[in-house]
Amino acid sequence: MIRDLKLAVRAGGGFGLALAFFLIVVVLVPFGVGPEREVLARIAPGILWVAALLAALLSLDRMFALDHEDGSLTLLATGPLPLEAVALGKALVHWATTGLPLVVIAPLLGILLSLPGPAVLPLLVSLAVGTPALSMIGAFGAALTVGLKRGGLLMSLLVLPLYVPTLVFGAEVVRRGGEGLGVAVPLAMLGGITLGAFAVLPFATAAALRVNLR
Amino acid sequence: MSIWEYANPKKFMATTAPAVPWLFALGIGAIVVALVWGFFFTPADYRQGATVKIIYLHVPSAMLAINAWLMMLVASLIWLVRRHHVSALAAKAAAPVGITMTLIALMTGAIWGQPMWGTWWVWDPRLTSFLILFLFYLGYVALWSAIEDPDTAADLTSILCIVGSVFAVLSRYAVNFWTQGLHQGASLSLDAKENVADVFYQPLLLAIAGFILLFLALVLLRTRTEIRWRRVRALDLRARRD
Repeated sequence: MIRDLKLAVRAGGGFGLALAFFLIVVVLVPFGVGPEREVLARIAPGILWVAALLAALLSLDRMFALDHEDGSLTLLATGPLPLEAVALGKALVHWATTGLPLVVIAPLLGILLSLPGPAVLPLLVSLAVGTPALSMIGAFGAALTVGLKRGGLLMSLLVLPLYVPTLVFGAEVVRRGGEGLGVAVPLAMLGGITLGAFAVLPFATAAALRVNLR
Repeated sequence: MSIWEYANPKKFMATTAPAVPWLFALGIGAIVVALVWGFFFTPADYRQGATVKIIYLHVPSAMLAINAWLMMLVASLIWLVRRHHVSALAAKAAAPVGITMTLIALMTGAIWGQPMWGTWWVWDPRLTSFLILFLFYLGYVALWSAIEDPDTAADLTSILCIVGSVFAVLSRYAVNFWTQGLHQGASLSLDAKENVADVFYQPLLLAIAGFILLFLALVLLRTRTEIRWRRVRALDLRARRD
């Protein structure tokens, strides 16, 4: 895991790329819908969440594919660490390199989309709580398609429907925060999904990896 | 005598061969009778007019769209636990039928919604979750077709089916939270005294029975085709080796 973190930071590619992608999607939206502040403020929670989701998706196919190509995945599978722990570690690293930067930069982009002031804190919290689930679900999708030559597109098709509950509750937290309503319920649901994903999906991911390594 | 005997492809083929034509005949017969009965011999509803008659297609296809996924889930579990190839192939065979049922349900719903709700589509919880179910089916079929080795494909799609089921249920309740519904509540349930007025109820039950029979016939037929493909592939491999 530490090796992955080092690799990701030194290689730089995926690290900055997801952030830049997030930025570009958010900047493109006003060009599409017009610069009226009210319109932007209304759709900002959804746009920020959808953009975060796409940015997370962008870097998923590298998660296992590189290790699969050079054989280090086989090494990890035969190593002392159970494959479930490897899957968990991979997801956490993916989150630390894409999810966490997104969380940090999101309030800035919220200003660009004239996100109402009271919604900024809910945005931060909901992204912080929700993006780990995106990484874990993504790890599962990446494990399913790791053996395929052109798995990227297929993986999007598999992973995006799985993102629906996270997206619904995540955007709901921000929307409610912006309107001054209580955010506890959707936030609790969001946290539940994240914890549930981390409890169950490492096993599914490891199972898929084992099948692909056979 | 146990159900697991049918996991033997030979036994499965021998048993289903005479059953498939009967299932087809009964299923199509029941659907034709139900539709003719429903379309021409039941009165129009006093509020919905003649559009009510789309219920004979909409309700059975929607029921089967969900139950086909459940069947795939059960078949996937059996494959993962007991490694019966027929089970994995049946799950594969059911997916395209399930997609078709989902599409029929969505389209008949849109056709009915246009005069009744004044719109083809609303982001109602039921409609939305059906659309998500459709996406799950697409992903499942795409994964099957992307992987060459049949056993690997069966394993991976089974895992996807199980995880997908959990997330499909989650999405179902998430969208409930997200938007208010326009779709009416369930029109059929086992514990209600009278579900739909009897004039509509009887042809509807017949239509549902017909759809179930037709679904069984299609899935069995497709499973048989898959088994034959598997045999062709095995023969082909053997011929090349010799």
